[in-house]
Amino acid sequence: VPRNYDPALHPFEVPREYTRALNATKLERVFAKPFLSSLDGHRDGVNCMAKHPKSLSTVLSGACDGEVKIWNLTKRQCIRTIQAHEGFVRGMCARFCGTSFFTVGDDKTVKQWKMESPEYGEEEEPIHTILGKTVYTGIDHHWKEAVFATCGHQVDIWDEQRTSPMCSLTWGFDSISSVKFNPIETYLLGSCASDRNIVLYDMRKSTPLKKVILNMRTNTLCWNPMEAFVFTAANEDYNLYTFDMRFLESPVTVHMDHVSAVLDVDYSPTGKEFVSASFDKSVRIFPVEKGHSREVYHTKRMQHVITVKWTSDNKYILCGSDEMNIRLWKANASEKLGVLAPREKAAMNYNQKLKEKFQYHPKIRRIAQHRHLPKSIFCQIKEQRIMREARRRKELNRRKHSKPGSVPFVSERKKHIVAVVK
Amino acid sequence: MGTEADGEQRVLPPPRQTLPRSPALRPGRERNPQVARERARRFPARPACGAMAEDWLGVEAALSASEGEDEEDGERRHQQLLEAVSSLSGRKRRKLAERTEASVQVSEFNVSCKGAGEKLVLSELLQPIRPKSALSSVKKELTRVKQKKAVELPLSKEEAKRVVREAAYVTTSKDVGKWQQVVLQNRRAEQLVFPLKQEIATVVPLEQVVSAWKARTPLEQEIFGLLHKTQQPITDPLLTPEETASLQAMSLEEARQRRAELQKARVVQSYYEAKARREKKIKSKKYHRVLKKSKRRKALKDFELLHKSDPEAALARLEELEQLRMQERMSLKHQNKGKWARSRAIMAKYDLEARKAMQEQLAKNKELMQKVRVELPEEEPGDVPEEDLPSVTIPTVSVGASGANPWMLGKPSGPAEEPEVQEGLGDVAVPGPVESKEEMEEEELSEEEALLQDFAEKRHMRQQRAGSPEGQGADEIEAVSELPADSPIHPICAEEPSSLGIEQPSQAQEEILLSEQLARVQTMEDVEALASEECVEEQEKPAAARAEKRAQQQEESRAGDRRAKKAPAKKKIISLQAVLAGKSQEVQCPSLPVVVEEEEGGIDQRGVITEAFAGDDVVADFRREKRKAEQAAKPQPVNLVLPGWGEWGGTGLKPSAKKVKRFLLKPSPAPPRKDQHLPHVIISERRNIHAAAHQVSELPFPFERHQQFEQSIRTPVGPTWNTQRAFQKLTAPRVITRAGHIIQPISAEDIPDVATAAGSGAKPALEVVPKRQEQPFHRSCRRAR
Repeated sequence: VPRNYDPALHPFEVPREYTRALNATKLERVFAKPFLSSLDGHRDGVNCMAKHPKSLSTVLSGACDGEVKIWNLTKRQCIRTIQAHEGFVRGMCARFCGTSFFTVGDDKTVKQWKMESPEYGEEEEPIHTILGKTVYTGIDHHWKEAVFATCGHQVDIWDEQRTSPMCSLTWGFDSISSVKFNPIETYLLGSCASDRNIVLYDMRKSTPLKKVILNMRTNTLCWNPMEAFVFTAANEDYNLYTFDMRFLESPVTVHMDHVSAVLDVDYSPTGKEFVSASFDKSVRIFPVEKGHSREVYHTKRMQHVITVKWTSDNKYILCGSDEMNIRLWKANASEKLGVLAPREKAAMNYNQKLKEKFQYHPKIRRIAQHRHLPKSIFCQIKEQRIMREARRRKELNRRKHSKPGSVPFVSERKKHIVAVVK
Repeated sequence: MGTEADGEQRVLPPPRQTLPRSPALRPGRERNPQVARERARRFPARPACGAMAEDWLGVEAALSASEGEDEEDGERRHQQLLEAVSSLSGRKRRKLAERTEASVQVSEFNVSCKGAGEKLVLSELLQPIRPKSALSSVKKELTRVKQKKAVELPLSKEEAKRVVREAAYVTTSKDVGKWQQVVLQNRRAEQLVFPLKQEIATVVPLEQVVSAWKARTPLEQEIFGLLHKTQQPITDPLLTPEETASLQAMSLEEARQRRAELQKARVVQSYYEAKARREKKIKSKKYHRVLKKSKRRKALKDFELLHKSDPEAALARLEELEQLRMQERMSLKHQNKGKWARSRAIMAKYDLEARKAMQEQLAKNKELMQKVRVELPEEEPGDVPEEDLPSVTIPTVSVGASGANPWMLGKPSGPAEEPEVQEGLGDVAVPGPVESKEEMEEEELSEEEALLQDFAEKRHMRQQRAGSPEGQGADEIEAVSELPADSPIHPICAEEPSSLGIEQPSQAQEEILLSEQLARVQTMEDVEALASEECVEEQEKPAAARAEKRAQQQEESRAGDRRAKKAPAKKKIISLQAVLAGKSQEVQCPSLPVVVEEEEGGIDQRGVITEAFAGDDVVADFRREKRKAEQAAKPQPVNLVLPGWGEWGGTGLKPSAKKVKRFLLKPSPAPPRKDQHLPHVIISERRNIHAAAHQVSELPFPFERHQQFEQSIRTPVGPTWNTQRAFQKLTAPRVITRAGHIIQPISAEDIPDVATAAGSGAKPALEVVPKRQEQPFHRSCRRAR
């Protein structure tokens, strides 16, 4: 349609766009229905999950009773159940090619399983079983080679073909809760132990690199899949810390919004955001460079969220929680699923841009940021705000009444780091 | 073997030379020549070399043999033998003197037993003294040992590990640092499309597809059979032999050229078709008339060309044409005999149109029936057939007759030009220009032609009006109606009167026309006025009158100006006086400097100041301003009275007082102004709290100045204000992901430069859409690190 773009014919562009932005924001909130479905079938709390590296519709989960289930997300059905361990399934990971997966459990074993279900009449048996001396608490597979790493009392790096580790990496003695391979520089590993530290390892030199000690224990960490030197650690002190591994003295960003220990974190495949699961029964999505979350997901029935994954097409989030369910959420709460017509797409883009453009206007911001929270979280947030304020006030007073310079200003980022050990 | 540096042949002493030294001293040895012994002591283990040594050897051997000692006799013999053998071979093997036992007594006279059993070798005596002493190496070693400290204790295990860790950390972080550039670029990128590795849809070669596929159904088999019959190759060349041959025949260039030609031809054809279709649709009679005429002219031109190039063909064509004309004549089509003609004849009495049509037909008839005049052309001799041209038919309109309207009445046929040309410039071709004017609708004429034609038209009109105002009324109307369409040409034409002068024949009328033209150029109204109705003479008069008027007006205006100028001047003076008078009373300047000035400058200074600030009653102004502000700030009553509701309404009827009272909403009085008791202050309370709630109160983070932010808000992004393309660009999302596509972590293969990441030169990892003009969106420095 030929149009006349003479600005005289289209006056009041700012007010009109403002109105549109307001409407777009309102509609976004109206359509924000992120919860898609719940996968139930586990008979105990879901302790760990793993993504299939080649198939978007497949996801694996391990429960606290040693059961492993493989789910089909499109059908939202469990397609296979394995009694893998006695006791907890502590960790699981899929092989990079997607043909098999590994589990570790409380029964001190590492088991490798086929991804396909066994033929009729065949028994459900692992391909390999490695019996270790100590309990393994986590496992991760190398992104390119037939090598995997387990953690427990030490970090062990295993060749798939052998029953003893290629090398064991230790630095002090403590139980290590999680180990993760760097997806880009695949020889790098990060681990976090219960003596409050995060340790980085180099697989090539089979040596640890550096250790950061934080105020509280880090539960798990996740590497950014697009930025080789960035990782985020989920901490017991309700915060998440994004580090640059080259500058461990202080985190790049402190992400605070949770009101209880953060139990798991997973990056979006675009590396722009990450999702965190917390003991406060909520899941939050943080932009990497922002200190606060852009989204919080919760439902009435969802209990402590133990594990969370962001699917590799960047569209969905899966979280496994204490009350035996795995929940499927949209990563973008108000996104319309399915095929979009070109006009729809254009309108969506335009609305997005408008929201971005007018995001600082108070009325729009108020609507865009409004979230409903369960009472417990809401109250805790309030409480913590008060506590933080009190702490701040106290420090201020101390500074006021002591010799100038004796109470130094410590930035929020530095506050949580106890030491960096070379 | 001690010194092998010597270049000469070595004379080696016998292997066990020094063995018999063990007995310290032997009396028999005293007999040895003193000199030799001395030498031997001095050079205990010097290897002998030189030619003379051999003689000595023999002597000594004899000596020692004569001495003959009991115990060592066998050994000596053995040695002798060896020596003899070695002397035979010419090469002497040498054995270093070896000291197995420390000798205690060493004195000048009491020579040690060393070398007791040895023979003295002459070469030893002759050997030069070496500059290097045997001790030097020992000394060196000694100093070295002295310098060397004690070996440090090995590092503790912890320390060692730490060192290793540190080194590893440094190298690893350097390794990882090569991603820095990529990461920064991706963070700054306007748009990122995931997955990064876009799968390029590869076209599978046809051969593969074909070879994998087999014909099963009968139809397929039939087709395959056909293909085989034509030797359609399935695999590599993909072309039949014929095709290859044809390809070989035509080179690529040629093929391209041909294709381009074909394309062009097709395009032209389509244009032509479209044009033809369009033209076919045109209903305008006039247009068709013009078209027909132009066609006729063209045919004539063609014929002329043909005549020039190929007289024979021209002749044939002429005959053909003549035939046609004869047929036309025979057909009696144009006599008033047909059905239509008869009906027209009946109608002609009452209907002007019908009459006109009939007249036209008659004219045509006449034209056809006219006898062909045989004229010999002056320029082209001896071309008889040319006169027989149907086009030669002389137009019914007499050319010279100024009274006839040339373009309404019996359109002069194309050939009318010819006589004109022949007649020359003197007889100004009336129909010619008209025709050319009509042609202009189809073909672009040069400006000069257009000019000519214009002038001619005008002249004709004038002539018509002057000469025969009542003749052919209808035609005239048409002419008039047609004129305005042409009139816009005038201003353009008028620009080149000089060039006109050259081409225009020098006729009196033309002269007048030109001069008129010049006079008229000045204003558009004049041109239009002329176009409507104005004779030459009349035209001139009003022009003159107008000029006079203009002059008058100008004079008047000038006078007025003068008056106006005078008036304010007067006023100024008056006001000044008034001010002077008034100010002197009002203004009392208590400030000191002014007083001083007054003293110095006196009344003059004061006068100047008062003059300068004349009429500047600042205080009063301020008061007025404040009052105004107060008034404006007062809440206004809202009038919601709708006349005519619930009562009669209409002009002159006012809504009842009761209604007015009810619907005129009086606002509650505003809170007292803050500047109520401050006479010198206006406190504006215009900040709209209601609007403020919607406005941004402080500058948002990435922006550095409020102008930037305002600009970002001011530029609209919507499709209402932007073109489609711009809109798409402006609203492009920052991150694009596709549903159902797995996004793999970034890898070195995605970015070829990572491997050779050389600082700033690195190419962006991903396509970066050109930056928008919004500067404020820099990524924060914190992230840039």
